[in-house]
Amino acid sequence: MNSTSSATSAVSDQGFTREQFEEHIASRKQPSWLLALRRRAMDACESLPLPNSQMEEWRRTPLRMLRLQGFAPLAPRPETVPQVPSVLEPLLSPGGRLLTLDGRKVAGSLSEKWVDRGVVFDCLEDSALGPQADLVRDSLFSILDWNYDRFAALHTAFWTGGAFCYIPRGVRVDEPLFLLSALGSGQADLGHLLVVLDEGAEATLVSETASVESGGTGLYCGGIELILKPGARLRFVNLQNWNDAVWHFAHQKAVLQQGAYLEWTLGALGGMLAKVNQHLILDGEQAEAVVNGVMFTENRRHLAYHTLQHHKKPFTRSDLLYKGALQDRSHLVWRGMIRVDEGAIKTDGYQRNDNLILSDRARTDCIPGLEILADDVRCTHGATAGRVDDEEIFYAQTRGLTKREAARMIVTGFFQQVFDRITIDSAREALAEVIGRKVREYR
Amino acid sequence: MMRDVLSIVDLHVSVDGKLILKGVNLEVRRGEIHALMGPNGSGKTTLGLAIMGHPRYQVTQGRIELDGVNLVELEPHERARMGVFIAFQRPVAISGVRLADFLRHAVSDVRNPQRKEGDELVSMREFRKELREKMDQLRMDPEFARRYVNEGFSGGEMKRAEILQMAMLRPRFAILDETDSGLDVDAVRLASQSIAEIGGHEMGLLIITHHERLLEHNPPDFTHVMLGGRIVETGGRELAEFLHSSGYEEIRRKYPEAAAEEASMLAERTR
Ligand SMILES: Nc1ncnc2c1ncn2[C@@H]1O[C@H](COP(=O)(O)OP(=O)(O)O)[C@@H](O)[C@H]1O
Ligand SMILES: [Mg+2]
Repeated sequence: MNSTSSATSAVSDQGFTREQFEEHIASRKQPSWLLALRRRAMDACESLPLPNSQMEEWRRTPLRMLRLQGFAPLAPRPETVPQVPSVLEPLLSPGGRLLTLDGRKVAGSLSEKWVDRGVVFDCLEDSALGPQADLVRDSLFSILDWNYDRFAALHTAFWTGGAFCYIPRGVRVDEPLFLLSALGSGQADLGHLLVVLDEGAEATLVSETASVESGGTGLYCGGIELILKPGARLRFVNLQNWNDAVWHFAHQKAVLQQGAYLEWTLGALGGMLAKVNQHLILDGEQAEAVVNGVMFTENRRHLAYHTLQHHKKPFTRSDLLYKGALQDRSHLVWRGMIRVDEGAIKTDGYQRNDNLILSDRARTDCIPGLEILADDVRCTHGATAGRVDDEEIFYAQTRGLTKREAARMIVTGFFQQVFDRITIDSAREALAEVIGRKVREYR
Repeated sequence: MMRDVLSIVDLHVSVDGKLILKGVNLEVRRGEIHALMGPNGSGKTTLGLAIMGHPRYQVTQGRIELDGVNLVELEPHERARMGVFIAFQRPVAISGVRLADFLRHAVSDVRNPQRKEGDELVSMREFRKELREKMDQLRMDPEFARRYVNEGFSGGEMKRAEILQMAMLRPRFAILDETDSGLDVDAVRLASQSIAEIGGHEMGLLIITHHERLLEHNPPDFTHVMLGGRIVETGGRELAEFLHSSGYEEIRRKYPEAAAEEASMLAERTR
């Protein structure tokens, strides 16, 4: 019998046990509502099945090699704050900065002028006990489905540290806020990012995940909640730039109320295996979201994205463009869904995933989907997977470019279309720079 | 060694195993203008692409020589760096690559044939200045250089972009493959004039065309007629004029063998 195709691949059941959970909660102070939620999540953890290849969402994403028991929920506190290799930091002059290591705050600052205006950008766990306790209680896990699957429940039960970003009504933060989440070798990061923009608030939040060491495994099992009240405008970047050995499981969700606007740029440049659920809920008329995805995969990296653009209200717009380039034996999975609820007329939904396959052994599975229950909507989707076109290479060669120079130029150009949509200069430049470097190394 | 002569000797070319060119002989000296005419499907584009080294166009016999080097042995980019250029009949779009960036790489490579990837590019300032001048000369909007190579260009814009590239790369030999097709009368006149203005007459030009207008400012020293994969007749400017007014019937009558080849190639294509 062929073990790879017939065996049910499952996560080893060990790790993040009930004993560890009791230890975990005993080690920290937290409000009772949070403790109660964690207990419910721990129960769910024990009753939810482990993701396996029989489940539709995990059919193409193999977890056979994952050993959860190899990771402890609480890393020992480091003696010193390590240098974290960040691609975004050199390009930013942020108005606030937060550094976490293994899901725990190690440094943070926010410029006086934003503090004075009521902006919060700090450790989430501390905020749950601080002056913003009520706000955190009302918002945390208010949109994320904490029992969506085993990883979501595990995250909810065990999350630590994290980051909380709150922009009060009408405040426009015109400097980027920067969150750098670092992960040490062999460690776990179960951090949670909670972002609340009150009515008419505006902000740019740039978040990057990076490994401290260039090698050594790690586990990220995180959650992101973006809550945009009426008229709020958020530009959000999350750049996943782990080393090649990190497991990445992420549940990310944004809810946009009336007239809110979100530009969400997601970059994936590292990791060994990543499974990301990116959900957008357009929950108020005239809400609009633009999603940009940039992926470059190498070696045996596996990236899986499950995106949802859920139009709940009329006159909402969403526009998603993911672009990926694949090398070596890497594998990219994208399952997109645009869902339009009954009555959500005049919605405009768009989703597209284009992939450039740079090696004979790389693979993509791109599956767009539509579920439309309203009349008078415009929803379109598309997916392409192709190779660098020989005719384009020849054309460039006749202008003096070598074959490789031509190929690299074409690959860079392939990403330009998505770069053109990113309005945050630092993010666009950093992505272009990293992609450029990878393309230069492209064999 | 003959410098500044592009000579094509007994060239046989096949595409996907099908023989298209069946012994082409042609010599173009720098400073000469050659018109290459012939009915559709006779092999004119094939000749141009074979000279540039398109990988699908296999040279099965014969030579293409420049400065004593057999170009057949060289990669397309090496041919370009030796000073050979083609303005494509159907230029290819390169999405996301701005024409200016593309040209800056091209100019850097062609002007420094030893250049390796990653070596310095021509200075941005000088490049910009020169590009600006050339675009002015060709009456092109400078914004045009910010667009992606051939993407969404109209037929006329594509052909003008090809001429701009030729102007910037300053080749010794240029093949202009139907640079007039798809253009209106004024646009063809402008193209014709532009080719002369950018110094086309110091190059060796091989102009593939069906119309007289492109030759208006570029009077050919020689006219060649291709039929069924061979050059069957060579004359002066008057031959081009004759073909423009009378078509190819007489040529076909005069060269029944080549006409038969043409018919069989055509039959194969439509089969
Ligand atoms: N890429 C190709 N694949 C198959 N046949 C081709 C290809 N290019 C040219 N041919 C064939 O070669 C012959 C000559 O074509 P071409 O050189 O384009 O002629 P012209 O430019 O004179 O119109 C035609 O019969 C055409 O069908
Ligand atoms: Mg042709």
